[in-house]
Amino acid sequence: MDLFSNLALGFGVALTPLNLLYALVGCVLGTLIGVLPGIGPVATIAMLLPATYALPPVSALIMLAGIYYGAQYGGSTTAILVNLPGESSSVMTCIDGYQMARQGRAGPALAAAGLGSFFAGCVGTLILAAFAPSLTALAFQFGPAEYFSLMVLGMIGAVVMASGSLLKAIAMVVLGLLLGLVGTDVNSGVARFAFDIPELSDGIGFVAIAMGVFGYGEIISNLATPEHAREVFTRKVHGLWPTKQDFKDMTPAVLRGTALGSVLGVLPGGGALLASFASYALEKKIKSKPGEVPFGQGNIRGVAAPESANNAGAQTSFIPMLTLGIPPNAVMALMVGAMTIHNIQPGPQVMSSNPELFWGLIASMWIGNLMLVVLNLPLIGVWIKLLSVPYRWLFPAIVLFCAIGVYTTNNSTWDIWMVGVFGVLGYVFIKLGMEPAPLLLGFILGPVMEENLRRALLFSRGDWSVFLTRPLSAGLLLATVLLLALVLVPAVKRKREEAFVED
Amino acid sequence: MNLKNQKDFFSGLLFMAIGVSFAWSASRYTIGSAAKMGPGYFPLLLGALLTVLGGVLVYKALVFETEDGGRIGAWAWRPVGFVVLANLVFGVMIGGLSWVGIPPMGLVLAIFALTVLAAKAGSAFRWKEVLVLAGVLALGSYLTFIVLLKLQLAIWPAFASA
Repeated sequence: MDLFSNLALGFGVALTPLNLLYALVGCVLGTLIGVLPGIGPVATIAMLLPATYALPPVSALIMLAGIYYGAQYGGSTTAILVNLPGESSSVMTCIDGYQMARQGRAGPALAAAGLGSFFAGCVGTLILAAFAPSLTALAFQFGPAEYFSLMVLGMIGAVVMASGSLLKAIAMVVLGLLLGLVGTDVNSGVARFAFDIPELSDGIGFVAIAMGVFGYGEIISNLATPEHAREVFTRKVHGLWPTKQDFKDMTPAVLRGTALGSVLGVLPGGGALLASFASYALEKKIKSKPGEVPFGQGNIRGVAAPESANNAGAQTSFIPMLTLGIPPNAVMALMVGAMTIHNIQPGPQVMSSNPELFWGLIASMWIGNLMLVVLNLPLIGVWIKLLSVPYRWLFPAIVLFCAIGVYTTNNSTWDIWMVGVFGVLGYVFIKLGMEPAPLLLGFILGPVMEENLRRALLFSRGDWSVFLTRPLSAGLLLATVLLLALVLVPAVKRKREEAFVED
Repeated sequence: MNLKNQKDFFSGLLFMAIGVSFAWSASRYTIGSAAKMGPGYFPLLLGALLTVLGGVLVYKALVFETEDGGRIGAWAWRPVGFVVLANLVFGVMIGGLSWVGIPPMGLVLAIFALTVLAAKAGSAFRWKEVLVLAGVLALGSYLTFIVLLKLQLAIWPAFASA
């Protein structure tokens, strides 16, 4: 069995003491930022990227991945105990989880979230390991036209899942693509939009954009809204273990959440957020058994399903990133950037050229999920204490880490100015209701997309119909159109708006 | 003029402005043709697309009624000003500004300046608390970046250690 020998190779890499340590550091940091509101995984990963330059690429990616799925765990803890989603993907967990906590059943809720997440994480990792090779094989059939169409689908998919105005989100992607083009054009050697500034001819650093928009922008917007008193549920969490009935109720919900999350994670624009929304909606549709607690009043299924789904989605969203080099969401866009910094060109060739990295990362995810369950359930008290750290101590530290981190990237103050500029822009984006995540996707894909468009049209001698005459490319574009049409159907449009209202 | 949606109107204008300036600068590079794309081809295309998208947003904001009028609300000048100022001062202090003769001040002083200025962005400012925080951050950064990650950063001003 190939799968097993591959996984064995992966575990060999992931189980070295150094990589175990980085997986642990990533998980702990991820949980930390998941617990702390006001700072998300995108800003954290951007802040920590410079610190990983010195590491071997595998260790760097293992740590960054740990932050991502660790944040899902941490986010659920605060959702249940404080009714405050630490991460957007745990918004749905608040509804029933907090009600359970108020009824003194915080323990079972946390256990359901933790165990469900762990199970989903295991399945997600297995799916990733099982399907990645065949997808990679498919990706090798892709020519430039197919890649271009795939990127269009990916970006439209991501936009459809963004909250708020579809038009604005598409415009943000285009803006990101344009910003990605700043710098020296690889084909002609022309420094585009550089205005004779030498630093700009290398392009805009994506760390600077991510830190500015997601770090500074969010700080400014958080400071602008007065700090509201949080009702922290510090009453002792007792009786962690769910009852037999709880297990009976949650098991099918976990299975459904895992299945749905795994599928949605792979889709462009998918990932943890969409998965948790969809699976909560599904659980609500499924008929309750007599005597079961209604949804919204502390039903354990309402905790187990979205938590399993968001973790499964977080794992499987690595599939398009690892096999095709196409990030389905902003966190994966940062991972692509991290790989590029370590001189690894993301795409189907990663699996054959860097098998240790590929399988090591996958194996480390399973280990990381195990660490999170072991770490989190006993340490819940510690995480809750962290919630009492006031934001006024937190944000100067975040400003500092961004500034130091970006400065040490190139040892140049230019990047510090850029973070400042993008911080102001990030605040403007928030004020004007412009979603920043699509911008980051566009920024990462800009140069790649141009290159594929150029090559596709070069081969076809300038004939644009090449995108429609090649069947795979046509299929991808058709899927894009269908996706757009689907969102514009009035009934779906209304549902989509409803779903994001709770955001 | 009656704005039906403030946010959409101004974001549309912003998109249009950025789109036009990108398209205009792109048109100064070689455009080429579809079969032989020059460096200006793709950006010109995207710039035009962004301008159109911005235009549609502006049109919709003027024509279609929205419930709350998409109000932008007050701008938080204080946080914006102080966060950016903290960032700028940190940059100047750590890198120096050679053309006005400001020497690099080293990591520790830069961290104190950044922390104090950034803390001013918040609503509650207590000197004692902020100085303790700055001290903790300076020590933490020293341990992480200099001791652990071994980065080549000056800790104190050049003139003090010379």
